[in-house]
Amino acid sequence: MSVSSFTLKSGLAQMLKGGVIMDVVNASQARVAERAGAVAVMALERVPADIRAAGGVARMAAPRKIKEIQRVVSIPVMAKARIGHFAEAQVLEALKVDFIDESEVLTPADEEFHIDKTRFAVPFVCGAVDLGQALRRIHEGAAMIRTKGEAGTGNVVEAVRHIRAIQSEFLLLKKMSAKQLSAAAEEMGVPLNSVKSVRETGRLPVVNFAAGGIATPADASLVMQLGVEGVFVGSGIFKSSHPLKTAHAIVEATHYFDRPERVMKASEHMEEPMRGLEMGSLPIRLAKRGF
Amino acid sequence: MEKKRVGVLSLQGSFAEHMRSVFRSGGIPVRVTDSVSLDCADALIIPGGESTTLRYLLTQEGLKHSLEHRVRKGMPVYGTCAGAIVLAKSIAGEKSFMPLMNISVERNAYGAQLDSFEKDLSVKGFPKPVHAVFIRAPRIHAGVGVEVLAHAGKDVVLAREKNMLVSTFHPELTADLRIHQLFMRLMD
Repeated sequence: MSVSSFTLKSGLAQMLKGGVIMDVVNASQARVAERAGAVAVMALERVPADIRAAGGVARMAAPRKIKEIQRVVSIPVMAKARIGHFAEAQVLEALKVDFIDESEVLTPADEEFHIDKTRFAVPFVCGAVDLGQALRRIHEGAAMIRTKGEAGTGNVVEAVRHIRAIQSEFLLLKKMSAKQLSAAAEEMGVPLNSVKSVRETGRLPVVNFAAGGIATPADASLVMQLGVEGVFVGSGIFKSSHPLKTAHAIVEATHYFDRPERVMKASEHMEEPMRGLEMGSLPIRLAKRGF
Repeated sequence: MEKKRVGVLSLQGSFAEHMRSVFRSGGIPVRVTDSVSLDCADALIIPGGESTTLRYLLTQEGLKHSLEHRVRKGMPVYGTCAGAIVLAKSIAGEKSFMPLMNISVERNAYGAQLDSFEKDLSVKGFPKPVHAVFIRAPRIHAGVGVEVLAHAGKDVVLAREKNMLVSTFHPELTADLRIHQLFMRLMD
């Protein structure tokens, strides 16, 4: 399979900006997501909250599940592969998914290497908790970054921490001398050029969404105001009391994130959000996976 | 000469890239999110994005009505990819949304993201080809009164009818400003 150009890969991410990508586990959830205005769906076996509850090894979704979802929606279908599991990614590419998420929500398959994403024609999105991770993933070929947050918790605190971490590193880079800059590049394990260009532009070279813990319209507005370009909502939709209403409300709030009266209206339209978890109560922190 | 105020529908998709192209083409980009901001613009670009999302949001915002009204009264409008779907008279297998332009479209006609492609096009009136980026593109069929400006293979990829321009590719993703300039000439 020929490797498609980075313009095509990152271009699809550009088209998703300002949108909400929703986790779905079957065709009927995918339909709900599309109807509510999702820009894409993420096909997986279980939503993160259930992965957390079930324990065990979390893997790529069954191809039959993904096909079932591809059949019913016209928006892009994404799917998750385990960190480093390039064979799962090859299967997803063979399935012609539109985007692969190399995700810490699944159990990592390689503790030393992430997938070499330049070898694939399908674009990848990867998680990051800081600038170094983001730039390493981009260097490996990721066409989109999402801050990790802490998936399956309905608690936005980690998402906020990761967005702020990346932004404060942008500011630090700005103040660095040439020597400090090359030291920073070395420490991050990325080419000096990519650090230089980030310093110049004050942003990542690819689209950056937030993920992990977004459960309400106000959560979506918060992360958008902090500067991300869209949101992933995992458990937040289908673990709420009325998924369609929640999905609509989060889509509204993401598009009109800077208009409090619209976020208020969106909040009024939803019922109970998912039950959240305090960080201190978690036996496993997914965001610590990957490097 | 007074600068042209070109609105860019900024609900979802590649609106920032379109605003940049408008600015670089010497226009004033206007961020359009509702009927009030639409009033500040003399033309409108409907960007690439997800057409289901765009249609949903246009309906929510009540923008659909005022937009349709303005285009019927002659305001220049340019739909890229998802934007072309929004303006089409008919959409295969679905209800049309804002049946303004005499084209019919098939969504995701080329398949999944893996079937996205880039191609050099010769465009009517342009001495040099345009490098075009197609992402999960629709296919359009031009009806009576529609002038076809470019093909990719057999497919129509750039077309104009009166004050309406559509492309199934994304000029906002490249540094080439000629398509935006072509659109801005419709404002003269």
